[in-house]
Amino acid sequence: MSLEAEVLAALSTVLDPELDEPITDLGFVRSIEIDEHGVSVHVRLPTSFCSPNFAYLMVSDARDALRRVEDIGRVHVFLDDHHDSEKINAGMAADAGFRGTFGVEAEDSLDELRLIFQRKAHTAAMERCIEDRLKNSGLAVSDIYRLRLRNLPGGQFKEALLRRRATLGLDIAPDSSVFVDELGVPVPPDDIPLRLRFAKSVRISIEGNSHFCRGLLATRYEDEEDLATRITNTRLVTRSAS
Amino acid sequence: MYSKDGEDYFIVDSHVHLWDGRKENQKNIHGQEFIDCFFDYHTNLSPDSEKWSYEEYVYYGGERLMKDLFEDGYVDHAIFQSTMLMEFYKRGFSCSDESWALTQKYPEKLTYNHSFDPRNGEAGLKQLEADAERFNLRGIKLYTAEWFGDSRGYKLSDPGCRTYLEKCLELGITNIHVHKGPTLKPLDRDAFDVADVDAVASDYLDLNFIVEHCGLPRLEDFCWIATQESNVYAGLSVVMPFIHTRPRYFAEVIGELLYWVGEDKMTFSSDYALWTPKWLIEKFVDFQIPEDLSDYAPITTAQRKKILGLNAAALYDIDVPEHLRLPTTAGVAETEVAPGAKQAVAS
Repeated sequence: MSLEAEVLAALSTVLDPELDEPITDLGFVRSIEIDEHGVSVHVRLPTSFCSPNFAYLMVSDARDALRRVEDIGRVHVFLDDHHDSEKINAGMAADAGFRGTFGVEAEDSLDELRLIFQRKAHTAAMERCIEDRLKNSGLAVSDIYRLRLRNLPGGQFKEALLRRRATLGLDIAPDSSVFVDELGVPVPPDDIPLRLRFAKSVRISIEGNSHFCRGLLATRYEDEEDLATRITNTRLVTRSAS
Repeated sequence: MYSKDGEDYFIVDSHVHLWDGRKENQKNIHGQEFIDCFFDYHTNLSPDSEKWSYEEYVYYGGERLMKDLFEDGYVDHAIFQSTMLMEFYKRGFSCSDESWALTQKYPEKLTYNHSFDPRNGEAGLKQLEADAERFNLRGIKLYTAEWFGDSRGYKLSDPGCRTYLEKCLELGITNIHVHKGPTLKPLDRDAFDVADVDAVASDYLDLNFIVEHCGLPRLEDFCWIATQESNVYAGLSVVMPFIHTRPRYFAEVIGELLYWVGEDKMTFSSDYALWTPKWLIEKFVDFQIPEDLSDYAPITTAQRKKILGLNAAALYDIDVPEHLRLPTTAGVAETEVAPGAKQAVAS
């Protein structure tokens, strides 16, 4: 894999926590510059009022992901055009952490916020798999409690569900129940209709935000030729030669 | 009034603005960023024929407002929702004085809602009393994410804010509109979170909490709360324009809201001048849930009438001509929650 591809692959592991999609797919990565010393990445968001906690999560996740690329050298990640760009960029440069970056405005770490959205992402992925079964197999709502992971056909819905479960540390064994709560406990059959209904609103919510953010990003940067990431690599020596 | 296919609709636009985003009113870069962000919303979600130029958009004045809402826009009554943003704009983003002057000139057509900020403490409480009297307030609009010195937001359930809500009760300000939606900059003090509405809605049953934008980034959290609280309403500002850009998504959101919140607890608004009401009303009256979204019942004419005006009219005691009325439980404290959702909670 080329170094560019490795960098892109690393960045594609970074999700917008609220939209549950990779920042590379959302068009949030504006540019990647690789040179002798390392890599510089510029990240942009749909509005300058995107909340700084999410902005911080994405930028710091991007930095951590890039640091895992072998022999990458120095890693710089910058947030462009945001009302907190200066703060976040300074915090990144100093490795200050969320609290160190925002001082009195930040009460604690962002782990809890991240967890909330990981759980929502799992709920939405679960709902997609179940709706698919309800539509395309003989499954009835009253049978959902019997549905096991092994009963789900392969494909992107199942893959996404397994990935979300793994993120939360939930069981991914083929014999485990599909409809589980946020701690992995199977939901009692009587509770399933209401919980499924609620899961549906979670899914609609996430999808709607995604549409909204994509639209705003396109509007905000419509002057730019396209929303693709600009990649430059001026590093002369390839790693295989070194 | 809007008429289509022999049906007449009484229209209340429950969330409109008269703003000044011009350079000379901007206090700092955030003032610029804020109006730019609004302009992107407008550009992104409006049909091409409805898009304004940036210059028109930053300031359009009262005359244009009257024309867009009442001459062209079918609106019978509109409610100003103040957006102060005093950290970003010298005189505030909303033109309070001009809005109030218009309201006095056209009292049959316009209602003025002001704002408060609980972080102003005792002095702010006195100001609220004075404002209530001066503006004869029935409603208030709150931006829990508004900046204030070092603070980037507050919660309705903060003790300081409860004092203000109690004052509202005392002053007869019964409609509390809360911005819970896209944009704005909370930190870990998460200003999108609608949980604070839940806490105060149970405690202040005689206040109506209209959640503007339905907590859109967290629709499900809003629905869950609204299901349990009889005095929580879905303000459709910012939800409406999706009827154009993403009709299926719009259908799903309306379907969910009808299920969880119910037809008596939803209020139409254009969020003018983010969008003009005319095209939203036309499209909504013509709108139907696609057949393949079989989880949702078709929208009825009665539901459209309630959402487009009758519910908000009930909250604000706006006089509706006899032949346009329908019974609604909007504004009635301690009513049952939405039937579909109630059933679901019980099961």
